[in-house]
Amino acid sequence: MALTGVQIFKLLPKTNCKKCGFPTCLAFAMKLAQGGIELTACPDVSDEAKNTLGEASAPPIRSFNLGTGDKAVKMGAETVLFRHDKKFVNPCAFAINIKDTLGNDELSAGAAKVAASEIDRVGQKLRVNAISIEYASGDSAKYAAAVKLVADKAPEAAIILNCMDAPAAEAAVKAAAARKPLIYCATAENAEAMAAIAKANSVPLAVRADGLDALSALTEKIKGLGVEDLVIDSGAKTAKQIIENNTQIRRSALKKNFKPLGYPIINFVLRDDPYVEASIASIAVAKYASIVVLSSIEKWEKLALFTLRQNIYTDPQVPMQVEQKIYEIGDPKPESPLMITTNFSLTYFIVSGEIENSKVPSRLAVMDSEGLSVLTAWAAGKFTAAKIAQFIKDSGIEKQISHKELILPGQVAILSGALEDKLEGWKITVGPREANGIPTFLKSRAS
Amino acid sequence: MAYVVPKESFNGQVLAVDFGKGANAITIGGENSLPFLSFEGKLPNRPVIAYEIQDCSPDDWPETVRNVYKDVSSDPVTWAKYCQDKLQAKAVALRLVSTHPDRGDRSAADAAKTIKDVLAAINVPLIILGSNHIEKDSSVLVAAAEAASGHNCIIGKAQEGNYKTIVAAALAHNHKLIAMSELDINLAKQLNILITQMGFDKAKLITDPMCSALGYGLEYTYSVMERIRLAGLAQNDPTMQPPIFGDVGMYVWKIKEVSAAESEVPEWGSLEERGIIWETVTATAMTLAGTNLLVMRHPTAVKSVEKAIDELVS
Repeated sequence: MALTGVQIFKLLPKTNCKKCGFPTCLAFAMKLAQGGIELTACPDVSDEAKNTLGEASAPPIRSFNLGTGDKAVKMGAETVLFRHDKKFVNPCAFAINIKDTLGNDELSAGAAKVAASEIDRVGQKLRVNAISIEYASGDSAKYAAAVKLVADKAPEAAIILNCMDAPAAEAAVKAAAARKPLIYCATAENAEAMAAIAKANSVPLAVRADGLDALSALTEKIKGLGVEDLVIDSGAKTAKQIIENNTQIRRSALKKNFKPLGYPIINFVLRDDPYVEASIASIAVAKYASIVVLSSIEKWEKLALFTLRQNIYTDPQVPMQVEQKIYEIGDPKPESPLMITTNFSLTYFIVSGEIENSKVPSRLAVMDSEGLSVLTAWAAGKFTAAKIAQFIKDSGIEKQISHKELILPGQVAILSGALEDKLEGWKITVGPREANGIPTFLKSRAS
Repeated sequence: MAYVVPKESFNGQVLAVDFGKGANAITIGGENSLPFLSFEGKLPNRPVIAYEIQDCSPDDWPETVRNVYKDVSSDPVTWAKYCQDKLQAKAVALRLVSTHPDRGDRSAADAAKTIKDVLAAINVPLIILGSNHIEKDSSVLVAAAEAASGHNCIIGKAQEGNYKTIVAAALAHNHKLIAMSELDINLAKQLNILITQMGFDKAKLITDPMCSALGYGLEYTYSVMERIRLAGLAQNDPTMQPPIFGDVGMYVWKIKEVSAAESEVPEWGSLEERGIIWETVTATAMTLAGTNLLVMRHPTAVKSVEKAIDELVS
C-alpha cells in the first residue's frame, strides 16, 4: 500500500540538502507520497529506505519516454480519472502505421510526412510523434532495411517496431538502436525472447494479451525477466473494448495501486473510413491512451486530433489564454468599430464568434488579464481604466483607425468615466452586457 | 496478484425521457453507469442524433454543409422529409431561425404554421428550437408548443431569462423541455430547480449545459457534462439526472476551421473533409462526456458518429 508523506519522511536522510530540487526532505516526501516524482531523485537515500519504499513510492502508472531527444514523448505518470479533478499530465503520442511491404519511395514518403507533420495551434507546436513499422513481408532483412530507411527519413520521430517475430524484431532494433524503438509486442507465445531483446538493448517493450487477467499475468512475468518499461495492449479493438478496458486499467492503477496494469496504454484504432477512425481515435485520446496508432494522417485529420488532444490535456485550473493583441474580425476598415475584452480564451472565443455572427467587420482588442473573464478581471484589479488606457496607447491602434471610440463590455460600464479621463480625446461607449447582444448592437450601429 | 475488475456502482440513475409517438418514438437516458461502461451498469438507450433543419434557407451555414441540402433547404417541409426519407434521420430538430429579430423577425403565428406543416409531413420525432433570442423565444416557443400539441415533442431552449412562459407552455401541451444554462454546473442545477418548482416534472426535462466546438472551449463543455453526470450518478442528485443535450452542429459550423479555404491555410488541408471531421470529433467527445441527444448537420459526420456508437454499444 501507498505510504503517507510522514512515513516516507522517516526513511529519508533528513539532511535538507536540496539535491532533489525540493527545499526540505519533508517537502520531497510529500511530493513522493502524491506520486509526482520518483525516489531516485534523492541521491543519498539508504538501501534500506529504497527497499522499504521501492514499490510503494513508485508512481501508480510508470513513466518513461517514447523515443529519444527533444521530441521524445513522456508517457504515464497520470494521477486522475477525470480532467476536472486535475490536469491530465502527459499528452498521448499519435503514431502512423506503415507496412514494410511498401516500396522504398512510399516508405520514404510516409516517413517524410510524419517528419513534416508539425503545426502550430494557439502557441503550441503539435506533431505526429511516432511511426509504427509493421512486419508484413516475412523477410527480416527487408524489415530491418525498412526500419532503417524510415528512421533516417523521420529523424525525430519515435519508432515502434510492429513485429511479433523475435528474430526480425531483434534485427530491426539493431538497425535503429540509437532511437530506442518500442518493440510491439510481447505475447504469451514469445514473451521470453522479446523480453531478452528489450533487456539486452535497453528499449521499451509493449505487452499484449486478450483481456486484463491475462495481461496482468504477462506484465508480471516480463517484469520478472527484468524489463520494466512496458506499454500495455489489452487486445482492445472495438470502441467498446477500448473505453472499457482503458477505464479499468486506469482505475486499477490509480484507485487500487494495482502494479501489473500500472503502465502506459497503446491502442490501435485502424479503420478503413478516416472519419470513423478519427472518432475511435477521439475515444482513445479522451479515455486514457498514451499511444494512439492510426492508419492515415491527412492534414485535416491531424488538425482535428491534435486539437482534441490539446483540449483534453489542458489544465482545468489554469485558464486558457489567448495572446494580447488587436484581432481583426471580418475585413475591418479604418472606420470599423473597436471593442475590448479580456484574454480568457473562452471569453475571446464567444466574443469573437458573436462579432463574426454580426457580419460587421470589427477590431477586437484583447487585453492580457492573466486569463480571467471580464468581471473577474475587473474585480481582481487586472482590467482597470488605467491598464486599459495604457494598453490602447501602447498598441498603436490610433494610427490604424480613423476614429477614437472604444466599445467597453457592458459588465464594466462603471469604468467608462475613468477611462474617458485617462484616454484623452477618446469616446468610450458601453456595449452589451452579454456577448449574445453583440450582433444586434453592432448591426444597429452600422445601419 | 490476481486481477479484480474495478467496478463502481451508483445509487443514482439518468432519467429516461421519451419523445415522439407511435413506432418511431425514441427514449434517451435511463443509464446508471458512466457513458458506455456496460461492465458495471445498464445502458438501455444509445445516444440519439437528430438532423438539424431550419425554417429559412441556411445562408449562414458554410458552403460545404449548405450544399448538401441545396435542393431541399428552401422549404422546411421538403428538408425535413429529405432527412427522414433519404438520410434515415431518427429525429429532426427544427430551428426557428427566421423568428429572430435580426433574421427576418417572423411572427410566432408563422412559426406555428411551419411546425404544423413539418409535423404533418414526417413521422419521426421533432425537436423544436427557438432562435436563441431571449424575449422572442418566450412568445415563439409558446406558440410552437401549442402548434405541436399532442406530438410529444422536445421544445427549447428555456433559459434563465425566459423559462417561465416556455415551461408553462410545455406543461400545458405535454412536451419535453430543454433547459439551457451557460457552461456552469451550478447554473444548470439552479435552472433545473427553478423549472421543477413551477410544477414541471423533472422526468420531462433535458439539460443543455451549452455546447462548444472542438478547439473553441470543448474542454469546458466536456468537463461540465462529466461533472453533471457524476453528480447525478455518484451523489444521486436528482436535479442533475435529466439526459444531456448537445447542440453540436450550431457551434461547429461557425468557426474558422470549417470555413477557411485551403488556399488561405494550406497546412489545414482540404476544407470539405475538415468540416466533417470537426463535427465528427466534437460530437464523439460529447457522447463520451455523457450527451444523450445530439443535433448535427453534416450527414457524413452523423453516419461516422453512428458507426462509432455502434461499436461502443455492441
